[in-house]
Amino acid sequence: MTSQDLTRSSGAELAGLLAAGDVSSVEATQAHLDRIAAVDGELHAFLHVNAGALDEARAIDDRRAAGERLHELAGAPVAIKDVLCTIGMPSTSGSRILEGWVPPYDATPVARLKAAGLVALGKTNMDEFAMGSSTEHSAYGPTRNPWDLERIPGGSGGGSAAAVAAFEAPFALGSDTGGSIRQPAAVTGSVGVKPTYGGVSRYGAIALASSLDQVGPVSRTVLDSALIHDVIGGHDPHDSTSLQREWPSFAAAAREGAASGSLAGLKVGVIRELDTDGIAADVAARFHETVALIERAGGEVVEVSMPSVEYAVAAYYLILPAEASSNLARFDSVRFGLRVEQGGTVEDVMAASREAGFGPEVKRRIILGTYALSAGYYDAYYGSAQQVRTLIQRDFDAAFAQADVLVSPSAPTTAFRLGEKIDDPLAMYANDITTIPANLAGIPGMSIPMGLGDDGLPVGLQLLAPHFEDVRLYRAGATIEALLAEQWGGILATKAPALTGGAR
Amino acid sequence: MKDRLMDFDEALERYEPVLGFEVHVELGTRTKMFSAAPNPAHPDHHDAAPNTLIDPLSLGLPGSLPVVNDEAIRYSISLGLALGCEIAESSRFARKNYYYPDTPKNYQISQYDEPIAFEGSVEVQLADGRRIDIPIERAHMEEDAGKLTHVGGATGRIQGAEYSLVDYNRAGVPLVEIVTKPIVGAEHSAPEIAKAYVATIRDIVLSLGISEARMERGNLRCDANVSLRPRGQERFGTRTETKNVNSLRSVERAVRYEIQRQAAILAGGGTITQETRHWHEDTGTTSPGRPKSDADDYRYFPEPDLLPVEPTRELVEQLRAALPEQPAVRRRRLQSDWGFTDLELQDVVNAGLLDTIEATVAAGASPAAARKWWTGELARVANERGVDAASLVTPGHVAELQRLVDEGTLTDRLARQALEGVVAGEGSPSEVAAARGLQVVSDEGALVAAVDEALAAQPDVLAKIQDGKVQAAGAVIGAVMKAMRGQADAARVREIVLERAAQS
Repeated sequence: MTSQDLTRSSGAELAGLLAAGDVSSVEATQAHLDRIAAVDGELHAFLHVNAGALDEARAIDDRRAAGERLHELAGAPVAIKDVLCTIGMPSTSGSRILEGWVPPYDATPVARLKAAGLVALGKTNMDEFAMGSSTEHSAYGPTRNPWDLERIPGGSGGGSAAAVAAFEAPFALGSDTGGSIRQPAAVTGSVGVKPTYGGVSRYGAIALASSLDQVGPVSRTVLDSALIHDVIGGHDPHDSTSLQREWPSFAAAAREGAASGSLAGLKVGVIRELDTDGIAADVAARFHETVALIERAGGEVVEVSMPSVEYAVAAYYLILPAEASSNLARFDSVRFGLRVEQGGTVEDVMAASREAGFGPEVKRRIILGTYALSAGYYDAYYGSAQQVRTLIQRDFDAAFAQADVLVSPSAPTTAFRLGEKIDDPLAMYANDITTIPANLAGIPGMSIPMGLGDDGLPVGLQLLAPHFEDVRLYRAGATIEALLAEQWGGILATKAPALTGGAR
Repeated sequence: MKDRLMDFDEALERYEPVLGFEVHVELGTRTKMFSAAPNPAHPDHHDAAPNTLIDPLSLGLPGSLPVVNDEAIRYSISLGLALGCEIAESSRFARKNYYYPDTPKNYQISQYDEPIAFEGSVEVQLADGRRIDIPIERAHMEEDAGKLTHVGGATGRIQGAEYSLVDYNRAGVPLVEIVTKPIVGAEHSAPEIAKAYVATIRDIVLSLGISEARMERGNLRCDANVSLRPRGQERFGTRTETKNVNSLRSVERAVRYEIQRQAAILAGGGTITQETRHWHEDTGTTSPGRPKSDADDYRYFPEPDLLPVEPTRELVEQLRAALPEQPAVRRRRLQSDWGFTDLELQDVVNAGLLDTIEATVAAGASPAAARKWWTGELARVANERGVDAASLVTPGHVAELQRLVDEGTLTDRLARQALEGVVAGEGSPSEVAAARGLQVVSDEGALVAAVDEALAAQPDVLAKIQDGKVQAAGAVIGAVMKAMRGQADAARVREIVLERAAQS
C-alpha cells in the first residue's frame, strides 16, 4: 500500500489496518509526515511537527509485536491544536507571548490520546488564543484552505480543520468557544464536534473563556470524530466543571446511524432565525436540500423559533472578552513566556511584554472585557449578557421540547478570502451567529459537510442536541453523512482539488 | 517622619474610636486550597525551601485549573460555626483581578458577595472580667499569594530595592478571612479589646485544630481598622487599615497608636487619609502604605472554573456536632461549676491555668484548693524561676497534697514543705512527707507534756492566761510548736494550753 493510500484512509480504516498488522504505526505516521512535508508549505496548518513522532510510533509497534492488547486506535496519528498543553512540544496558543514555551504537563485530552497509543504528529495553527474565525490572527501567519489557497480555513481552529481536510492527519483535536471547531470544519469540508460543556476536560487547554471553552474532535468522517470523542471524554478530577456521568459509546452510535440509513422517528427542528436571514443564498439552498433529504429519510421536520438568538452575538462578545481579560492576565513575563527586557519597575516590564507579545485582536478583546467588568458597567454589560445567556438556554429548552435535534447551516457563508474581513472585526464577529448559541447554552453541536456552494467551496450542516445527548448527533450525523456520500459517491473531502506544491 | 500623637486619655475624651478587624487564618490542610501541591501552612512543610511546594496552578501556568480542597471546605465550615455564623447553602468563588508579581494568575480566587459563613458573634473577655460580643459580618475562603523578598534596599521594602525574589510556596495556601462589623463602644478598652479579640480567634482556631495559628509564622494575620468620630457625631470617621500586625501585643499597641495619631491630626484641623498603614514592631509606629479607597476596582466576577460550594445539611450538622466547646462557653461552665468569682476566674485565665486546674479538680481536689495551690504557692515559685507553674508539678501531685491536708496528715505549713520536695523532684507528696518525716503529731501525751514544759518555763505567761488574758497563750503555743518542730496541729495545741493553764 502506498503512502498516498494511507493518508486517504479514514481514521477508522487506518486503525483497522494497524490492528490487523497490515500496516505499522511507523508506516502510517511516516505517510502523514510525508504528506505534511509535501503540502504544509502552502497550507501552514502546523506550527510544530513532532520530531519524536516516529519514535512514539515505533514504541507502539513494539508493544503490538510483544503481544500487548492495545486500544483500537493505537498507532494512529493525530494532530493537536496548539491551544492544548503538550509535554515536549511548544504550546503557544498561536501567540508570540508563548513562543517556544514547552509545558511540563499534558492536557487531559492529550494524555488520554497518548494513553490510548495515538501518535501526535504536531501542533496545529490557530487564531491567537483562539480569538478569531479565520486563523488570520495567528501570530505565526495564517493557514490556508486546502479547497482554495486564497481562502481562509475558518477559525480559530483553521489548522486542525485544514490538516484533516488536506489528508495531513486522519483526525485532530480542536477547541470550540464560539464555533472554533464547527465553523472551520464547515468551510473545509470536514466534520467537527463541540461536546456538551463538561463532557471533555478543559485541563491543559489554554483558557480563552472558561465558561464557553470545550475541547472536541475534528475529522473527515462522523465515525472518526466519535472514536476520538470516546477516548478524550469523561470525568477528569482536574477540571471542576467536568461532568461526572457515564457516556455511551459514540462510535457505536455512529456505526448504527451509518448502517440504518433511516431517520424514522427522529424529530428534526429547523431554527427559523438561522434558516434564511443573514445566510448566503447558496448556503441556504444546500441547507434546504439537506432538510428535504432528512425528510425523505424518515425524519419528521418541524420549525422551531429561538427569538433570543438575535442577541447571542452581542452577549457572547461581552462574556468572552470579560473572561478572557482575566484568563490572559497571567501572561505577564514573570514566570513564563515572552519578556521584554528593559529598565523600570516590574509593572513597566509587564506592560512592555504584553504590548509586544499580544496581537491586535487579543488587545481589542482584553480592553473590551476589562471595560465590561468595570465597576459601574458590570450590571449593564456582563450582567445583561448573562441574562441573555439564560434566555437562550430557555429558547433551547423550548425548542428541544418540540424536536430531538436541531439543524441549521454551520456558517452563514462559504470560506471568505484571506484579508477580506481582517479589518472589520464586527463583520468577523457576525460570522459566528450560527455557532455561538450552543456555547452560550452549553449544549453539544456538530458540523458535517452538506455540499458545495456556488463557488465550489464546502458548506456545513450544523446539528444540535440537548445537554448530555451528544450521542444523538453521532447517530443522526452518521445517517445523513451516509446518505450524502451515496449521492456524491464518497465523502466530500475526497472532492477537494489536489494540493501539489509548497514542500516545507 | 515622626507622627504627632495626642495623649490617649485626651483622645478618648474628644473622640470615640470605632474598630474593625480582618483576621486571616491559614488553614493547616495537607494540600493547597485549589491544588494538590503541599501546603506550607501544614506543620510538616513550614520550613520548605523557596519554590519547592509548587505545581502548575501555584505558578499560574497556562491551562492549569483550580479544584476546591474538600478538607479546606470542612475546616471553613467548622470555623464559621464556631464563630456563631450561618453557613450558606450555596456560596461561590469569584475572581479578584489585580496585577502583582506575587499573584501568579494576576487574579486571586476569593469569595466576594457569597461567603461560606456570615452573621456571627464572638464573645471576648477582658482582664477585669467584662465580656463583650464582637459582631462578625462574614468569614470567607480565599487563596493566599506568594511572598516577595525585596533585596538591596535599606528597609527591606520595595522602595529602594534593587530586585525582588518571589517564593510561590505560599501561593494557594487556603485562607479564611474573618471580617467583623464595626465595633462601637470600645472606648478606653479599644486596644485591649483588639488584643482580646485576636487572642479569642486564636483560641477558637486552636481548639478546632484547623491551623497552627502562629502569628510569627503568618498563620494568623490581623488587619486592624481604626477610625475616630467626634463625640456626638453619628457618621463614622475615615478609617485606616493597619497591616503587618504579627503579635497580640502589637495588635494592642497598633490600635492605641492609631487612636493617638488620628486624634492629633483631627484636633489640628487635619483630615485622615483612607489608606493602609504598615505596623513597625521595632519602633511601635505605623507608616503609610498605599492609598485605599472603596472605589478600588478589582473587576470581580464569578469564577467560571469552579462550581458553587454547596455543603449538604448533613455535613454541616455533622461538623456542628463535632465542634469542641467554645472557649468562652467552657470558661463560663467551669466558673459556674467551680463557684469562682469573675476575678478569681480571670486570674486563672490570665495565668493560663484553666486546663491545669480542671485536671487537678478531676484528680480529686476541690476547685478552691486547686486554685489556691496553683495561683498561690506554685505561681510564686514559678515566678521566681521564670517558668510555667504547670511545669513544676502535676495536677495529680496537687490533688494528693490537698488530700493529705484534708485527712489531717499534713498541716498547711507541712504541705508547703512537702510541695517544695515535690518541686525538687523528691517524689510524690506522700513520698516526700515520709522521707522528710513530715507528719502532724497527734500523740496527746507528747503534746500535753510539751505544753506543761512550756508553761513551767514561762510562769508569767501562765499567770496572764489564768487572769483571762487568753491572747497571751500565743507565746506558749509558739514554744510548743517549735519544740514539736512544727509538726503539730496549732489549733489543738491552743486548746491544750488553755486546758492545762486552767487546771494548774
